[in-house]
Amino acid sequence: MQAADQLFYVSFASRVLIYALAATSLNLVLGYGGMVSFGHAAFVGAGAYTASILMAEGVASAWIGWPAAVAAAAALAWAIGAISLRTRGVYFIMITLAFAQMMYYLVNSMKAYGGDEGLSLPRRADIGFGLDLGNEVVFYYVVLVLLAAILFLLHRLVDARFGRVIVAIRENEARAEAIGLPVFRYQLACFVIAGAVGGLAGALLASHGKYVNPGVLHWIQSGTLMIMVILGGVGRLWGGVIGAAVLLGLEHLIADYPLAWLERLVPNYQQHGNLGVGVVLLAIVLFAPQGIAGLLSRRRHA
Amino acid sequence: MLRLERLRKRFGGVVATDDVTLEVAAGEVHALIGPNGAGKTTLIGQICGSLASDAGEVFFQDRKITGISQHTRVAAGLARSYQITSIFRRFSVLDNLALAVQARSGSSFSFWKPVRNETGLFDEAFSILEEIGLSGKKDQLASTLAHGEQRALEVGLALATRPKLVLLDEPMAGMGPEESARMIGLIGRVRSRVAVLLVEHDMDAVFRLADRISVLVNGRLLATGAPQEIRMNEDVRRAYLGDEVAA
Amino acid sequence: MSWILIVEQALNGLQFGLMLFLLAAGLTLVFGIMDMINLAHGSLYMIGAFLASTFVALTGSFTAGVLLALPATAILGMILETTILRTLYERDHLSQVLATFALILILNEAVRLVWGSDAALPMPAALSGPVELLPGLRYPAYRLVIIGVGLAVALVLYFLVTKTRIGMLVRAGASNREMALAMGVNIRWLFTAVFGAGAALCALAGAMLAPLFAVQVGMGENILILAFVVIVIGGIGSIRGALVGAVVVGVVDTIGRAFLPILFGYFFQPRVASAAGPAIASVSIYLLMAVVLYFKPKGLFPARG
Repeated sequence: MQAADQLFYVSFASRVLIYALAATSLNLVLGYGGMVSFGHAAFVGAGAYTASILMAEGVASAWIGWPAAVAAAAALAWAIGAISLRTRGVYFIMITLAFAQMMYYLVNSMKAYGGDEGLSLPRRADIGFGLDLGNEVVFYYVVLVLLAAILFLLHRLVDARFGRVIVAIRENEARAEAIGLPVFRYQLACFVIAGAVGGLAGALLASHGKYVNPGVLHWIQSGTLMIMVILGGVGRLWGGVIGAAVLLGLEHLIADYPLAWLERLVPNYQQHGNLGVGVVLLAIVLFAPQGIAGLLSRRRHA
Repeated sequence: MLRLERLRKRFGGVVATDDVTLEVAAGEVHALIGPNGAGKTTLIGQICGSLASDAGEVFFQDRKITGISQHTRVAAGLARSYQITSIFRRFSVLDNLALAVQARSGSSFSFWKPVRNETGLFDEAFSILEEIGLSGKKDQLASTLAHGEQRALEVGLALATRPKLVLLDEPMAGMGPEESARMIGLIGRVRSRVAVLLVEHDMDAVFRLADRISVLVNGRLLATGAPQEIRMNEDVRRAYLGDEVAA
Repeated sequence: MSWILIVEQALNGLQFGLMLFLLAAGLTLVFGIMDMINLAHGSLYMIGAFLASTFVALTGSFTAGVLLALPATAILGMILETTILRTLYERDHLSQVLATFALILILNEAVRLVWGSDAALPMPAALSGPVELLPGLRYPAYRLVIIGVGLAVALVLYFLVTKTRIGMLVRAGASNREMALAMGVNIRWLFTAVFGAGAALCALAGAMLAPLFAVQVGMGENILILAFVVIVIGGIGSIRGALVGAVVVGVVDTIGRAFLPILFGYFFQPRVASAAGPAIASVSIYLLMAVVLYFKPKGLFPARG
C-alpha cells in the first residue's frame, strides 16, 4: 500500500473512532437511559464550534479547547434537558429535534464564524508533550486513548449505582419514582453526561478535519448517530463503536469501490446511496431491532 | 399518621374523588373497599403523589404533603404497591428489591463503584425477600415469576423502601386461596411496624385484617368504622356488600 | 417602519401559518390517535408538490394539476400506512423514529430517481399580480388565494371534526384510544382514512406553496420540524391546537424575521445588532416553544388531559 493510501486509512480510522465516541455518548442516553433524544448532534456541534471558535481566536491548546468544548456541550445539554425532560414520549422526541434545529439555525446565522459556509482552521489543536497532532498516526492514538477511556468509564458507570438507576428508569419509570428515585434528576444527569461526551467528540471532529460547518448540527446528523446506535446495538457497551465502524465502513466501500454489475442495474447508484441506507435501516428496525451486537451475543439480562 | 381532608379530583365530566376525608392511625390496618370504578386507585394516586388533586389536602405525620413530589413522599416513609403489577421485569427478583433499598440509602450519583460490592444493600434486600417468601427465587428474572409471586414482589418493593405507612392496592388481585393466605400472613407480620391502607375486594381478607374499614362508592366516602359496624350498615350493604355477607 | 409593512408581514405570517396548519392537522391526529411519531409526513408534502408539478404540466391548468395531486398523494399515503406504518403502531418510539427516518431517505431518493432533484411549478399567470386591499396596501393575489384556501380548509375541518359522526370518532380516538377501541370503533379503518386525508392536506400545502418556494428534494424535512413545533405548542391530538399553534408560529416567525433585526438596530450597536438580530429572529419560534412548554408541558390544547 502506498504511503498516501496508508495515511488516508489512518485518518479514516480516526474518523471512525471519533464517530464511535459520538455514537457511544448517544448510546448512554438512548440505549441505557431509554431517552429517545433526536437532537444529539447539537451537543456534538456545540463542542465542535466551541473548540473551533477558540482556535480561530488564537487559543490553540487542546487543554483549553477540548475541556471548553465539553463544558459548553454540557451546559447546552443542561439547558435543553431541563426543559425537554419535563415531557415524555412523542413530545420529547419532537422537542429535542426542534431544539437541535434551533442550534443549527443559530450557528448558521453566526456570520463572524463562517455562517453557512463553515469555519476553516489553520491547524489541529496543540496537545503538548512533544506530540504533533498534525501527524495522523499520533492523532489516531490520542483519539484511541480517549475512546478507550470513555468506554471504560461507561463500563464502570453501568455497574455502579447510577447505571442501575438509569436502566431501572428506562425499564419502569413510574415504579422508579414510586420507590423513591427522583427520576428527573437522574435523567437530566444522564442527558448532560451524554451531551458532554458528545461535545468531546465534536472537538475531536473539528480538529481532525480542521473544519466545522453548521451541517454538524443538522438533524440528519442526529439521525445518522441514531442509526449507528441501533446498527451496533442499543444499550450494549460496544454498540456505538460497532455501529460507527459498520456505517462509515459501508459508506466508504460504496463510494470508493464501484461495483460494475450494480452500476448496470441502477445507473449512478453511488449517488443514491441513501436509498440503500434507508432500506437496510428499515429492514433492521422491522426484523432485527437488537442490532448487530444483539445478533452476535446472546441476550443479556439488564 | 395519614390524614386526607376533602380531597377532590375530576376527570372531565367524571368526579372520581368527591370530598373525601379519611384518616389512618399509626399501627392500624385500615381497609378501603368499594365497587369497581369507585375511585379507590385514583385516591391512592393522590395520596402517594402520582396524581394531583383538584382540591383538598393530604397530611402525613402531621406534615402537609399536598403537592410534594412522589419520590419525596417515599423518602418520608409513604410507599405504595400497584393493582396492576408494576415491577422491573428484566431485573432479577433480588435486584428488584435491591433497587428499592438503594433508593432509600443515599444518593445514586455514584459512577465508579460497582453496586454488587455493596453487600449491606443486598443483605437487606435478601431479608425482605425472605419476608415475602421468595428467597428461593432470588436470581430469577422477575418477568418469569408466577402471578402470585409477582404480586408478592410487588408488595415487597413497597416494603423495601422501609415505609411508615404503605398503600396496598388490591395486593391479592388474581390470587388463589393459598397465595391469598400467604399474603394475609405477610400483612399480618408487617403490621406491627407499618401502618397499612389496604384496598381490597377479598372480603375474607378484609374482615380478617382490618382494624377499621372505609367504604368508597362513586368517589364518596359512604361510611367508616369498625368491621362489625360496616357489616351491619344498611347503606353499605345496599351499595356494595349485599346480603351474602350476613353475620 | 410603516403600518403597511406591518400588515403585509402579518398577512404573510397568516398565509404561512395556514399552510403549516394543513401539515400539522394530519400530523397531530396521527400522534394523537395512534401515538406514533411519523417523520415521513414531510415527504408526503414533498411528493404532493412534485406530483402537482407533473399534473400541472400535463393538464396545462394550475387548478386541475393541484386538484389531481390531492387524491394521488392520499392514495400513496394510504398505501404506506397499510403496508409499513401499520406494523409500527405497537412498536416503541425509537423504532418508529428510525423506521420513518428510513422512509424519508428512501422517498427522497425515489423522488430523485423519478423527477431529479427539483421540479418547477410556476405561479399561475392570472394570480401573479397584486391586489389593492386598501388604499396604499397592495398584496400579491396569489398569497391571498392561499389564505383563502387555508381558511376554507380550516372551516371544513372544523365542521367535519365537531359536527359529523366521523369527526366525533376521530376526536374520541385522539383523546382516549383505549376507550374508543373498547366502544367498538374500528380504529384501523378510521385511521387509514385519517392518514389519507392528512396526506391530501400535505399535498395541498406542498402544491400551493410550490410557486413561492422551490420544489426540491428535502423540502419536506425543514417544514416538518416547523410542524412539530406547531404541534408541541398547540397540543397533540387537537385540531384547534394545530390551528392556533400554526398561526402563532407562522406570524411569530415571519414578523420576527422581518422586524427583530430592525428592533435590535434601535437598541444595540450596529455590530451587535447585525449579528444578534438575524440569529434571534431565526430561533424566535423555538424560544416561543420553550416558553410555552415551561408553563404547559402538554401544549396549549392537548386532546388528552
